[in-house]
Amino acid sequence: MSRHLKRDLVILVCVALVVAWANGDLKDLLGIPGWQSYAVRIINMCAINAVLALSLNLVNGFTGQFSLGHAGFMALGAYTTALLTMDMAAKDRVFFMTPLVEPLRNLTLPFLPALVLAGIVAGLFSLLVGVPALRLRGDYLGIATLGFAEIIRLIIQNVRKVTNGALGLKGIPPVVNLWWTLGSAFVCYLMLRNFLASSYGRAFKSIRENETAAQAMGIDLFKHKLLSFFISSFWAGVGGGLLASLLTTIDPVQFKFPLTFQVLLTVVLGGMGSLSGSIIAAGIVTYLMEFLRVVEETHYWGSITIPGIPGLRMVIFSLALVVVVVWYPKGLMGDRELTVAGIKGVLGRVRQRLRIKGGRPA
Amino acid sequence: MQLSMFFQHLANAISLGSLYSLVAIGYTMVYGILRLINFAHGDLLMLAAYIVYYGRGMFHLPWVPSILLAILLTAAIGIIVERSAYRPLRDSPRTTILISAIGVSFLVENLGLVLFGGRPQPFPLPVFFDSGSAQEIGGVRIENVTFAIPVVTLVLLYVLLHIVHRTKTGMAMRAVAKDFDTARLMGIDVNRIVATTFAIGSALAAVGGIMWGMKFPQINPLMGMMPGMKCFIAAVFGGIGNIQGAVIGGFILGVAEIMIVAFLPSISGYRDAFAFVILIGTLLLRPTGLIGEKVAEKV
Repeated sequence: MSRHLKRDLVILVCVALVVAWANGDLKDLLGIPGWQSYAVRIINMCAINAVLALSLNLVNGFTGQFSLGHAGFMALGAYTTALLTMDMAAKDRVFFMTPLVEPLRNLTLPFLPALVLAGIVAGLFSLLVGVPALRLRGDYLGIATLGFAEIIRLIIQNVRKVTNGALGLKGIPPVVNLWWTLGSAFVCYLMLRNFLASSYGRAFKSIRENETAAQAMGIDLFKHKLLSFFISSFWAGVGGGLLASLLTTIDPVQFKFPLTFQVLLTVVLGGMGSLSGSIIAAGIVTYLMEFLRVVEETHYWGSITIPGIPGLRMVIFSLALVVVVVWYPKGLMGDRELTVAGIKGVLGRVRQRLRIKGGRPA
Repeated sequence: MQLSMFFQHLANAISLGSLYSLVAIGYTMVYGILRLINFAHGDLLMLAAYIVYYGRGMFHLPWVPSILLAILLTAAIGIIVERSAYRPLRDSPRTTILISAIGVSFLVENLGLVLFGGRPQPFPLPVFFDSGSAQEIGGVRIENVTFAIPVVTLVLLYVLLHIVHRTKTGMAMRAVAKDFDTARLMGIDVNRIVATTFAIGSALAAVGGIMWGMKFPQINPLMGMMPGMKCFIAAVFGGIGNIQGAVIGGFILGVAEIMIVAFLPSISGYRDAFAFVILIGTLLLRPTGLIGEKVAEKV
């Protein structure tokens, strides 16, 4: 960052201004109203999905360990955030069947510590899961992590004293706004980017390329896999916490395997091993999820009625995953990154080609 | 607990176990040949149940043709899935094919939701398997379908073992499972053998699905998800790639699941977690399964 510090700061300030505008913060100061709540909500979802995709990509794309347990860690984060931010009255309203255990009942934290704790709880559980599971490889690891996620979900569903069981939690304070979601995505991106540029990140990539060779070069496979899994789960927990606060209601059924599927779809679409790919794909997938609602609604054009087909969106998305995997296994970005220099290079080449076409060779 | 109660549970357990075995065989055969977890296998079970449902309800076919149609169509769909989603990726990393398989599974489930609707449908029952028709043996009431499932499983297992061990195609299958490339060098049409394997596995899943519908006569587009997962676990538990192992694994899983719910009702909420605990335990303690052979991981 230091080389382009001025440029980056300018970009950052501009983005911050736009966020402030969208969030409605300029309303009191300058009288400029914020963006429509629908648009804001989609951007919030984009940012949360970006956090989730980035974190899954760290394990699946950069470390080459195929994990399918994201939904479980998201559930842990979501429940931790919810239980720590709800006040006592809200908790008593929800826990009418089985009262909540005592220290949790009258414990209410501000959002930031709750969110960090959500990440830490998910991270600690990931160590519990990772110590046995990360001895496995490839597809077995995927199935084992899927199993652990399902076990976590079933525990949440059954420990009613803490989680209210299948009834779920309602009335979670809707604290999140664009600052929280985009801020988390930004911090997550920066952290992963810098981490991947460090010696740890290089070790992760070498494990992905060839475990045996990495081991021969003196890399402690287990330690690095576990570290990657921990960071990934930490951010999955944070993402789950953000989601809980955005949705304000959570229940165990939400965190079944289809949730992991959606994150996996984003990662594969963006390219396994590309941070910017994950962010772009998170935007595309989230936007399409909303945009494609069109196909599920009934349309009336004069006398013609086009019936909507509920559920068609997921058909399109699962088909998209198969098509991408079979024909474009690299996804949007492969393992490349979108950088300012890269964009400049592409623009330069386009300009050069245009000049040649125009009869004035560069 | 009374003895008759125990036998009642045992009968249920054996019939659930046979269902698991039937579907687990398909997993184990495909894994044995392609080293692929065919995630969509459980969803073929759902498709077969729906084909029978529509064959009976919409086209008023008699039982035998509608069951045969379901088996044939499901086998054909299995071949199509292999051809379109797995074969192009045969040289890709295994996780890539697994992602494709997960995609196919979700595609089939969601297509099911779109085409069949999400509401559970009552599965038609032949008179012989009607819920009223049951036998009483020593105070234990056993429904006919509970009897029929293990019998069907054993007959199909016999036929399958005959195919695998006594026919030329079966020999080719074993050769492909042992060494894909060498089998090709020996002049075996590998693609045909893989397609045959998918057809047989899918046909078994179809029978499993129809029996499933008869035992739990309510079908919905997501019904294949959990059985699919559990049967895969049964296959791993028994020793993946090994047909007898899949059958034993399926039986043990089914019996254990029913018995745990029967004897320890306080943890019955964790019923579905139990299979995953077995999976993780197996993978960590004895990755080759109960009767799997030891294979050195090639670097």
